[in-house]
Amino acid sequence: MNNTGKGQSFRTGTVDMTHGGGGRAMAVLIKDLFYRHLKNPVLDQAHDAAVFDIPPGRLVISTDAHVVSPLFFPGGDIGSLSVHGTLNDVAMAGAQPVSLTASFILEEGFPLADLERIVMSMAQASSQAGVPVVSGDTKVVEKGKGDGVFITTTGVGVLPEGVAISPGAAQAGQVVLLSGPIGDHGVAILSKRENLEFETEIRSDSAALHGLVENMISAVPDISVLRDPTRGGLATALNEIAHASGVGFVLQEKEIPVRPDVRAACELLGLDPLYVANEGKLICICEAADATRLLDIAHAHPLGREAARIGEVVEDGDRMVVMQTDFGGARVVDWLSGEQLPRIC
Amino acid sequence: MRYVSEFRDGSLARKLARAIAQASDRTRNYHLMEFCGGHTHAIFRYGVQDLVPENVKYVHGPGCPVCVLPVRRLDDAVELALNHDVILCTYGDMMRVPGTKQKSLIKAKAEGADIRMVYSTQDALRITRDNSHREVVFFAIGFETTTPPTAVAILQAKAEGLKNFTVFCNHVLTPPAIAHIVNAPAEEGEDPVRIDGFLGPSHVSSVIGSKPYEPVARIYRKPVVIAGFEPLDVMQSTLMLIRQINEGRHDVENQYTRVVTRDGNRKAQRLVEQVLELRREFEWRGLGTVPQSALKIRKDFSDFDAEKRFPVSPKTSREVKSCECPAILRGAKRPTECKLFGNICTPDNPMGACMVSSEGACAAYWTYGRKRDAAAAIKEAAV
Repeated sequence: MNNTGKGQSFRTGTVDMTHGGGGRAMAVLIKDLFYRHLKNPVLDQAHDAAVFDIPPGRLVISTDAHVVSPLFFPGGDIGSLSVHGTLNDVAMAGAQPVSLTASFILEEGFPLADLERIVMSMAQASSQAGVPVVSGDTKVVEKGKGDGVFITTTGVGVLPEGVAISPGAAQAGQVVLLSGPIGDHGVAILSKRENLEFETEIRSDSAALHGLVENMISAVPDISVLRDPTRGGLATALNEIAHASGVGFVLQEKEIPVRPDVRAACELLGLDPLYVANEGKLICICEAADATRLLDIAHAHPLGREAARIGEVVEDGDRMVVMQTDFGGARVVDWLSGEQLPRIC
Repeated sequence: MRYVSEFRDGSLARKLARAIAQASDRTRNYHLMEFCGGHTHAIFRYGVQDLVPENVKYVHGPGCPVCVLPVRRLDDAVELALNHDVILCTYGDMMRVPGTKQKSLIKAKAEGADIRMVYSTQDALRITRDNSHREVVFFAIGFETTTPPTAVAILQAKAEGLKNFTVFCNHVLTPPAIAHIVNAPAEEGEDPVRIDGFLGPSHVSSVIGSKPYEPVARIYRKPVVIAGFEPLDVMQSTLMLIRQINEGRHDVENQYTRVVTRDGNRKAQRLVEQVLELRREFEWRGLGTVPQSALKIRKDFSDFDAEKRFPVSPKTSREVKSCECPAILRGAKRPTECKLFGNICTPDNPMGACMVSSEGACAAYWTYGRKRDAAAAIKEAAV
């Protein structure tokens, strides 16, 4: 007999192969865990496919797999991250997300209590964002064939008429805005890695940005580029935009906000905050004339209080990102090669 | 950030730059070898070269621990991990260095070898305790900075009675390498490496002190200034070296007084002495075989010596043909003089160790220095 049931067993039980077997255990898990916490009218239809109405406009769709380790970290967990990550991808097209789907790959032996914690965190993130999870799937893999839990989410959104945001739209003469300090997420995760635990107050910045985006776009519909600098950090995101738009960037190091404790942790680990991941920040590229207005709007929003203008778009056939350092020199800010590795000497 | 940002102050940098410009004799060049990769990194990351006169030339030295490890030792580590079913613990920098036929630890890991990236020897000991049924090997590399932790780990393993922990010891020594660089005849087809003075190691010297460089300075008549790793440290040390050169002196001076003393860290030295002893000779990538330039584990601790526990097969190890890492490590060539640089060899697809480590000269050139002129032009256009 499997250990799934009601109440008690979610506190003590673990995922086993029957939870993915399509039988009663799976049905109980879906009903008592996923449906209970993620409850909404579309999900409650219990179809294999969700059917719902959408507002007028063009459809935007994005999908993202989440495999973060550790699963729980200061400021979030894989559940909230899997909601925020996909909502932000939709928002970076300038769209407002309307619904999400979620697919879970569970490893045999994974504690059901942890799964419940993750699903509750997803439910909270989705309800705060006002975007329901309308469909999902669960599979179980044998022990050793997964890392606890992997979550893939897909987001659907609607793009208002007249918005044409694209990574290829940056033009020389425009300016680069950043919504807040960089590096919080990556450092929060590193601080909890098994072999690297260190004491810090740094929390992940994981957050859904579509509210901030909505405010910015309603004021300035012709923003050229929006991008959330996640894996690879600010440096990688700007290099991608430089490549797609055929332009260069000149950044001012002193204008790029980095929290002192993040800077200190990076110094200690031999990392460069420019390359450290964020999950609740956005880069906005716009006309210089719109910069002040957009910064005012960002400063009035909880997720943009520390927004800053950090640099300019310039003509450059080589598509380089260059930074004027505090020290007085200039350096190329290149793509990241592989993972940043710690220094040893 | 206290104790760090003070040493990256732009206005102080400009003052030092003026002092260097005034002190330097325009009729001559100053060839200064910065021994450590940490210095190379600082010079490029902060654009120090832009702030000093053109006749002050930095020659990049071999002080990148990952870069000087010969391919054969890396191949041995790959073999240990793949064929002896051990857990191999390594510092992260080592993972992507290509061995013979481009085989790196990261590729061995993908083939199923159990390789764990660690930040310290203490991580390796923890993995040893958690896996009492497995053999755990710590891949020890580095100069005198990383040597004391290795010695301590061996002492700790002995005290705890850990039977499944060994160290693959590849620790090397700085002063013999400096002596070798100034003493070695030029390789065939290369001009002799010209060095007027050394920016001496900073963290290494915190352990060994400044005294071990005194014979080198005296015998080879080259000034040495122990220099910190922050950009202002590098600039101040540059000024100190230029003054020594102008005055015809060849002393060992210490710019990094906030950390380094003449005698160094005696406790660390005693721990190393207790566990490790000199090798008769050791192969360095780039420098070739250098006598008395590395350490091995003493007989009393041979139970913890991976070279004793796991016989590795003799092999013909090969670096990539036409990779100029060896000449670059000697200071004989600049990264841009290598045919592979930026074409076949990039940080995404490194052919040699100097492109992997952030302390390697090729990686520093690629990351910060590539198209430096273009960067300056863009900067100007934007102002």
